[in-house]
Amino acid sequence: MTDPAKNYVEGATGPWEIVIGMEVHAQLQSQSKLFSGASTTFGAEPNSQVSFVDAAFPGMLPVINGKCIELAVRTGLGLKAEINLHSVFDRKNYFYPDLPSGYQISQFLQPVVGKGKLVIDLPDGSAREVGITRLHLEQDAGKSLHDQSPNLTFIDLNRSGVALMEIVSEPDLRSAEEAGAYLKKLRAIVRYLGTCDGNMEEGSMRADVNVSVRKPGQPFGTRCEIKNVNSIRFVQQAVEYESRRQIDIIEGGGKISQETRLFDTGKGVTRSMRSKEEAHDYRYFPDPDLLPLELDAAWVEELRRNLPELPDDKKARFISQYGLSPYDAGVLVAEQESAHFFETVAKGRDAKMVSNWITGDFFAALNKSGQSLQDFVIDAEKLGGLLDVIADGTVSNSLGKQVFAAMLESGKDAMAVIDEKGLRQVTDTGAIDKAIDAILAANADKLAEYRSGKDKLFGFFVGQVMKAMGGKANPAALNDLLRKKLAP
Amino acid sequence: MDGFTIAGARDRLTKGDLSARELTQTAIKAMEAARPLNAMITETADKALDMADAADARRKSGEAGLLNGIPLAIKDLFCTEGVLTTAASHILDGFHPPYESTVTANLWKAGAVMLGKANLDEFAMGSSNETSFYGPVKSPWRRRDDNAGLVPGGSSGGSAAAVASGFALGATGTDTGGSIRQPAGFTGIVGIKPTYGRCSRWGIVAFASSLDQAGPMTRTVRDAAIMLRAMAGFDAKDSTSVEAPVPDYEAALGQSLKGLRIGIPKEYRVDNMPAEIETLWQQGIAWLRDAGAEIVDITLPHTKYALPTYYIVAPAEASSNLARYDGVRFGLRVPGKDLTDTYERTRAEGFGAEVRRRIMVGTYVLSAGYYDAYYLKAQKVRTLILRDFEEAFGKVDAILTPTAPSTAFAVGAKTNDPVEMYLNDVFTVPVNLAGLPGMSVPAGLGSDGLPLGLQLIGKAFDESTLFRVGEAIERAANFTARPEKWWEAAR
Amino acid sequence: MSLDNATVAKIARLARLRIDEAALAPMAKELNGILDFVAQLEQVDVTGVAPMTSTVAMKLRWRADEVTDGGNAEKVTQNAPNAESGFFTVPKVIE
Repeated sequence: MTDPAKNYVEGATGPWEIVIGMEVHAQLQSQSKLFSGASTTFGAEPNSQVSFVDAAFPGMLPVINGKCIELAVRTGLGLKAEINLHSVFDRKNYFYPDLPSGYQISQFLQPVVGKGKLVIDLPDGSAREVGITRLHLEQDAGKSLHDQSPNLTFIDLNRSGVALMEIVSEPDLRSAEEAGAYLKKLRAIVRYLGTCDGNMEEGSMRADVNVSVRKPGQPFGTRCEIKNVNSIRFVQQAVEYESRRQIDIIEGGGKISQETRLFDTGKGVTRSMRSKEEAHDYRYFPDPDLLPLELDAAWVEELRRNLPELPDDKKARFISQYGLSPYDAGVLVAEQESAHFFETVAKGRDAKMVSNWITGDFFAALNKSGQSLQDFVIDAEKLGGLLDVIADGTVSNSLGKQVFAAMLESGKDAMAVIDEKGLRQVTDTGAIDKAIDAILAANADKLAEYRSGKDKLFGFFVGQVMKAMGGKANPAALNDLLRKKLAP
Repeated sequence: MDGFTIAGARDRLTKGDLSARELTQTAIKAMEAARPLNAMITETADKALDMADAADARRKSGEAGLLNGIPLAIKDLFCTEGVLTTAASHILDGFHPPYESTVTANLWKAGAVMLGKANLDEFAMGSSNETSFYGPVKSPWRRRDDNAGLVPGGSSGGSAAAVASGFALGATGTDTGGSIRQPAGFTGIVGIKPTYGRCSRWGIVAFASSLDQAGPMTRTVRDAAIMLRAMAGFDAKDSTSVEAPVPDYEAALGQSLKGLRIGIPKEYRVDNMPAEIETLWQQGIAWLRDAGAEIVDITLPHTKYALPTYYIVAPAEASSNLARYDGVRFGLRVPGKDLTDTYERTRAEGFGAEVRRRIMVGTYVLSAGYYDAYYLKAQKVRTLILRDFEEAFGKVDAILTPTAPSTAFAVGAKTNDPVEMYLNDVFTVPVNLAGLPGMSVPAGLGSDGLPLGLQLIGKAFDESTLFRVGEAIERAANFTARPEKWWEAAR
Repeated sequence: MSLDNATVAKIARLARLRIDEAALAPMAKELNGILDFVAQLEQVDVTGVAPMTSTVAMKLRWRADEVTDGGNAEKVTQNAPNAESGFFTVPKVIE
């Protein structure tokens, strides 16, 4: 367990503790909506993916998508949570133009998933458990566009009725960094499970962030909820700003009023939402168009048995099976694809070397390219080929980096690049001998200095010979031969 | 049209001595003649004739359905594709559904012909058909020696008037607290609310989802059996629709009542209930005993709590169901100074007084701090009401009660006191709360010359027994009274 | 429990029903009449009684995850009092 004090932030009156709880809305990866057969595809023409159910026409009724139930339960299992075999869909009543029925079908008192937990990985390599309060199924609303016309708001109902799971955490997070780590881990888990694509740009995952501050050891302060933050970076910025704002208010003698706020991504500030000022009374009651949701215990067990290996387990295995550092293992398991990529390349190869290459040059190049692992010019086979020719001495490690750079440009495999550029390592002792002789002859003064005891010049001679040979000399052979020649 | 029943017309259509077009033309004429009743919101004469022609063509090719060529009135709560659907509310101005309700689709599949959309209480909220935006429906019946306009009952008042006045052979109704049975009782026709889940609710404008159920209103028990068979059936689009085969209800008719036990609940009496209703009930008991049934006294101790329970549950669900009428996607919009003002003006102008009142009650009983005391409590009492019935049905096969505590009343007589109006549903409401089937059968005339009905309540999904017992009452009562056609002179 | 005018106004606001000041008192009277009537339920002992959750005794059916609907933007918007370029439109909402 980490020391709580390390997260304290300094105010004028001393240290403060930030308390954060998150409500994450994650879109389930279903083809059709939670209660209608309309498509969930992103970016379609306005109102083209809307059934009369989604638009709440008179007499329309909801019928639940079984796949969505399965995905929610799988996510619950991935969060090591209690699965409630009996749960209830409620109506949450409020008026808003992108909420056509005037109520959202959600789960209030009896959610499908109860208490669970999630382990966050912190940059210092430590890990911490965060409580999950609940997970429930609900419908998304449509989209209101306020910038299409000066006097009108435009309504597109394509998203209306799309299945969401709302995942609520305990107020266990203590810094912007932890809030970010929580979201990162949650995203990794849902991606591993294939229950949500985790695509925050398209709104597949959004976070409502509850922030309060308190003096260490004191009860929780009044919280503000920052709605709909749609990136990990913004979550962190929002927490930083909001906690500082609250500290300043309290230290200035003011009081925090509980309210809903919006994060202005342009200005990096949070501001009060006027439209949410009115006190809410959602008048929840069980949706009479639906029956309670009953799950079969054997079915839940079947899902549990078929869960994939999740990030924490995979990380532990990478550490024990491949001898990786917790940090490297954490980096590799952050995405299922990269973990898989690592294991593919590591098969029959030195895992630590593979890990170093992947987390080093490879990820650097991949990130720079902006491409996905799948589309990247160097696939597992090509990277493996390069590591093989380094391992067998065909090229040195440093020449390997040159080969890698050339592979990035041409897309050719390592041997082709080596042959083309003549980068094959020289192990022919005659050629190395010849090069050594030439360097020693050209640097008689340095040779004398060396022989008079200036040992450090050994490196200078290595460098000169390597340079003369275009870097291709086998370093071990060069060292060996040079040592012999320099011997008095 | 007077001599016709669905069964009778079916026989003549089958024999070929009458065409669907001829029958429909006659019906349209009678419908037009009956306009003073204000039974219809929308007449669809042209469509009816097209449907009749199609029915005749199907008959020729040997594909005649159960209701081939039978002209019906459709309560204007059923969405009909391309045909104005109003729920008798201003707020649905101009709404032309781009879809057809499952029940009406089933009827058209069976070959039925739509005469038009029948008037009703706004959003089916009412017991007299006086809350319609399109004006009240007048009952075809008048008191003996009295020309005062009477209510046909509600909310399916237009449907009841259409059938009782004779222009439609049958009509669809919906029943949330008695809206089929009470008007059937008031107008001397047969009406059955089937078991909750028997008819799909898909495409029917919702009032209270856990109570609403569609059913037929006809002149005879046999006609109701024929029509319900065509309306009912499993529908995957309604999560509360039950996946159970629909029996041939007609086959249940004519069977002896020997061995059947009929329960008589002592609680189905109210203060000031006219003696003639008690008398009629006793008459009904005697008829059934004579027909071979065993009469069993039973108790349904929570009956008196059914009405207060209903007036919490139904408005609560309605307040939420009616939130979609916001002037954004269909119907009326009354512009305001901003969005909220637009909502508030649209809904205040679009909904009538009774609908607004119920939305207010429903909103209140669900609101923070009151949910447990009202809604949750009511749903618990509902469990007790259901238990009463379950216990009773351990001892009996069906239950006999009066349909309503009075005969039809005058237009305007009860509009000032909502609670007095609600009391009309005292005998019908418990059946909806328990989801059971209930049927009203005309059994006689009161001293004022107006029809009185008896109600039969059955076990869940046992409509067949109701038809069987209902027909025995029908036979014994030999109810042949028809209203005088004063409206033809009134034109 | 008796509703006063302020509560009636609050409920009307929640229900998005415009109500004139003058109509508050009569509405309160009507609602109180109904609430007095339903107050009979206070007499019923419901200790240990579960609320009714469904009118039919059956399990919730699950639908297959298939796209079977949509692609009907025109039909979806054709009944709208106001629509523009495929969108429904409402007076501007300020967030």
